[in-house]
Amino acid sequence: MEFVDYYKILGVDKKASDSDIKSAYRKLARKYHPDLNPNNKEANKKFQEINEAHEVLSDPEKRKKYDKYGSDWKQGEEFEKARQAQSRQYQDTGQTFNSADFGGEDFSDFFSSMFGKQGRSKQQAKFRGQDYNAELHLSLEAAYTTHQKTLAVDGKNIRITIPAGVEDGQVIKLKGHGAPGMNGGPHGDLFITFILEPNPTFKRVGNDLFTTADIDLYTAVLGGEHTIDTLSGKIKLKVNPETQNGTKIRLKEKGFPVYKSEGQLGDLYVTYSVKIPTNLTEKQKELFRELSKS
Amino acid sequence: MQSDDLILVEEFCNKNNVAFSFISSLQQVGLVEITSVDQSYYISQSDLKRLEQLIRLHYDLQINLEGIDAITHLLNRIQNLQTELAAARNRLRLYEDF
Repeated sequence: MEFVDYYKILGVDKKASDSDIKSAYRKLARKYHPDLNPNNKEANKKFQEINEAHEVLSDPEKRKKYDKYGSDWKQGEEFEKARQAQSRQYQDTGQTFNSADFGGEDFSDFFSSMFGKQGRSKQQAKFRGQDYNAELHLSLEAAYTTHQKTLAVDGKNIRITIPAGVEDGQVIKLKGHGAPGMNGGPHGDLFITFILEPNPTFKRVGNDLFTTADIDLYTAVLGGEHTIDTLSGKIKLKVNPETQNGTKIRLKEKGFPVYKSEGQLGDLYVTYSVKIPTNLTEKQKELFRELSKS
Repeated sequence: MQSDDLILVEEFCNKNNVAFSFISSLQQVGLVEITSVDQSYYISQSDLKRLEQLIRLHYDLQINLEGIDAITHLLNRIQNLQTELAAARNRLRLYEDF
């Protein structure tokens, strides 16, 4: 646990007056407030630090204690029973991610060891609990079908339905699954951002999928059949004679499902990549030479 | 809009400890919509989150109405730009990975 210099965080002198501290806090709060820095985890972290510093330095008793023990906090730690700050975690089938909410509850270990969790001033007004933000990583295959997933949030299981066709970066709101309210206020909400993992075979642009299919030279020249894997199963393609390398074909409605539009699908674009034969025998080379002369 | 989607402004003000005049001034600059039914004033439940944000800006950060108006415009722009950026990144990945 590192010593936290609250004066440095607020950018004020140790002899700063109450009004200096208030003014420095307001200035920094305006800069780093989560409402003004959406989706900025760094700013949220900074805002927590500023809040913590203000919490201590704006309270004469806490400031006195901090000034007395602050630079040698281990003595202060003995003075007060250390309490570990709890970090909320959501668990989803083996993956763990931390909440990025901006609630003032996430005080540093240093703060908790000096002041305990009760160190925070009591507020009488009812406040809605803070919102939680979390990320849920999905494979492209998982996002292809509507399915249910159970998430563990603060020890409670929540079953959610993930509709087919969710976009990378799309956010859903689970009302009332955020932090509990203060003084009887309502719970906040849980916002889940879907992160779609890159797929080695398919690229997705909107509702369309893109893939490449390797075909041999003979099929490209003479035509034939080629089977490819799609997210809905195997498809046999008819390859036209004299197909050029890089030829792109469109398979209608074999792409990605359209979000919340059952039965609607985007298209699948297949680019042919013609593979030139290697390790040719002398006879085969001779045949190619003959061909080149014809 | 269904009636159960509406919240009495008075009730909202009491719970959030804000003055009715503040909500009224937000309405005057077009930052919130107030519905009048039988001489009572209501706000929509869907506006609640945004309204709470405006209250935080005003009471926590001491930002005046004009500032809140400007911030709201800029936040909308940031959100649009972030959406555009995410879409552009997705598109770029298609060309980078292939």
